[in-house]
Amino acid sequence: MTETVALRARAGRDRRPIWEEPPTRIGQGFKAAFLALLVLSVLFPLWVILVTSLSSRETLAEAGGIVVIPRGIDTSAYETIFAGGAVTRALWISTLVTVIGSALALTVTVLAAYGLSQPRSVGYRWLLIYFLVPFLVYPPLVPKYLVVTGLGLKDTIWALILPPAISVFNLVVVRGFFQAIPQELMDSARVDGASHFRTLAQIVLPLSRAVIAVVGLFYAVSYWNVWFDALLFIDRNDMYPIQRVLQSYLLAGQAPHTSGGSTGVSMPPTEAIKMAVVVLTVAPIVAVYPFIQRHFIKGVLIGAVKG
Amino acid sequence: MTTRDTTVAAGSDRTRPDGPTRAGRSRRSARRRRVPLRTRIARDWQLLAMVTPGFLILLVFSYLPILGNVIAFQDYNPYLGDNPLQAFARSNWIGFGQFQLLFEDSAFWEAFRNTLAITAFQLVFFFPLPIFLAIMLHNLLSSRWRGFVQTVVYLPHFFSWVLVVSFFVAMLGGAGLLAQTMREAGMQPWNVMTNPDTFIILVTAEAVWKDVGWGTIVFLAALSTIDTSLYEAAAADGAGRWRRLWHITLPGLRPVIVLLLILRLGDALSVGFEQFLLQRDAVGRQAAEVLDTFVYHFSIATGNYGYGAAAGLFKAAIGLGLILAANRVAHLLGERGIYSK
Repeated sequence: MTETVALRARAGRDRRPIWEEPPTRIGQGFKAAFLALLVLSVLFPLWVILVTSLSSRETLAEAGGIVVIPRGIDTSAYETIFAGGAVTRALWISTLVTVIGSALALTVTVLAAYGLSQPRSVGYRWLLIYFLVPFLVYPPLVPKYLVVTGLGLKDTIWALILPPAISVFNLVVVRGFFQAIPQELMDSARVDGASHFRTLAQIVLPLSRAVIAVVGLFYAVSYWNVWFDALLFIDRNDMYPIQRVLQSYLLAGQAPHTSGGSTGVSMPPTEAIKMAVVVLTVAPIVAVYPFIQRHFIKGVLIGAVKG
Repeated sequence: MTTRDTTVAAGSDRTRPDGPTRAGRSRRSARRRRVPLRTRIARDWQLLAMVTPGFLILLVFSYLPILGNVIAFQDYNPYLGDNPLQAFARSNWIGFGQFQLLFEDSAFWEAFRNTLAITAFQLVFFFPLPIFLAIMLHNLLSSRWRGFVQTVVYLPHFFSWVLVVSFFVAMLGGAGLLAQTMREAGMQPWNVMTNPDTFIILVTAEAVWKDVGWGTIVFLAALSTIDTSLYEAAAADGAGRWRRLWHITLPGLRPVIVLLLILRLGDALSVGFEQFLLQRDAVGRQAAEVLDTFVYHFSIATGNYGYGAAAGLFKAAIGLGLILAANRVAHLLGERGIYSK
């Protein structure tokens, strides 16, 4: 069966099998329209936001706030942001949280995944249950808040880094990947006298680049996106991560009583600055994602289907 | 019937390549469990050391809070001590008092109703979409186009809710592109971002935009395990594309659909927490308060910890019950469900 799939993937994929009837006009038109609409619904807002952030005061005023067709490039919004202030600081905090957090979370997850991949080891069954239960029972909000504040983590980046430093889903994914590696490889390393740590570093990890990349991306994205934890645990606004700043700029200003016509002719360039903050928040994700995306199917699914 | 069996077998082969040997090995070790515990710990201490960091993090940030649920039975007062532990030790135990208050609270039931309504709405208008899209993508002939569409539609999954809502505000909000265009055309602009009546549609649209692409991954994987010779044989027997879809594709997807339905039902009381918290103020409590935001607003935001903990515990208990029940039903229907081992 895998053979047919592979064959289809390699040679036959782009050609219609002989037994399949040719598609109808309507069917094909519908499919194309649907997919085009879907793709546009993602790309168009990104485009609009980028263009608006790069527009001059005049272009903004002329368009009425949101610019679709660019007229020249004006980077003043970005210059204002990077001149220092809340956004620059928030970008630093978020970068710090993301880098330290993902490194820590990846280490913890990989170690635990390897430690839980040897069914003959002592306490295997109990440990596995221990690690899987949090997948079904989420830590409740109020006691979690009390634990984190009780540990004195409030207003430190550790309040954002430590609690999510192991995700059971990611653990299951990595463990599934490790278990798919032929056991003989690890056994032979062990027979040759390698410790478990060395086996992990020299045999298992080099074979697991795909899954490490994917899970690393998952962690990095979740640290970059942290918002609610910051709402809970970070009160000092000079410690805000970027999502918190973005929210206060874009959404907190959006009060229920912004009656339709209030933003008419005299458009302040804050619109460009707002959109520039959006661009800066999206940029790292859009920049890293395409390189890792190709691993998704291969890396994620082994674990995900297994559940 | 045979279709489903083959795919299930194929699926489990794929996911657990060395299943039988592993099972055999652990059975043998069970028979041989005469090795004393201390020797086994000495042998496996490295593995135990590897597990320790994760063990501790879960202990502190998952298990400790789960135990901490007991403050739902207290009149917890944070000012009774210098730290939460001290305050916990000094607070009064009041049994089910918080729950009694909770069940008499109309705001709680409103949040409960909102949550269920949104779950039901999304089950109908969101859940089938990734299946539909996956089948469409799977049948796309050009692998290059398929890759392109996949790359684009997976992307919003990685955006935070703050970003997603910001995008929607920029497009559909009162100062957004849609309102701007309508004003130019001389129409009265409508602001969907602050309209409580259409809020359920708005949040579903946001959820679809964010996750419809991502949701296809698991279905695409299941589709690729369906044996193509089944399609060929069916076509040779004269089955058209719709009959092949009905008799081969959908039965092949059935285990995955059931699994995801169970997970979704188990989560019936959680609907995108951040999404609602972000928009609650713009739309108003009547439409946008769900159980999770209720817990937040009536505990941490107001300092009434015991009350919020009671609401959270109630929600968690029902959620656990739901997932066990759904899994039970799946077993009765002859599906694998989640923890079948």
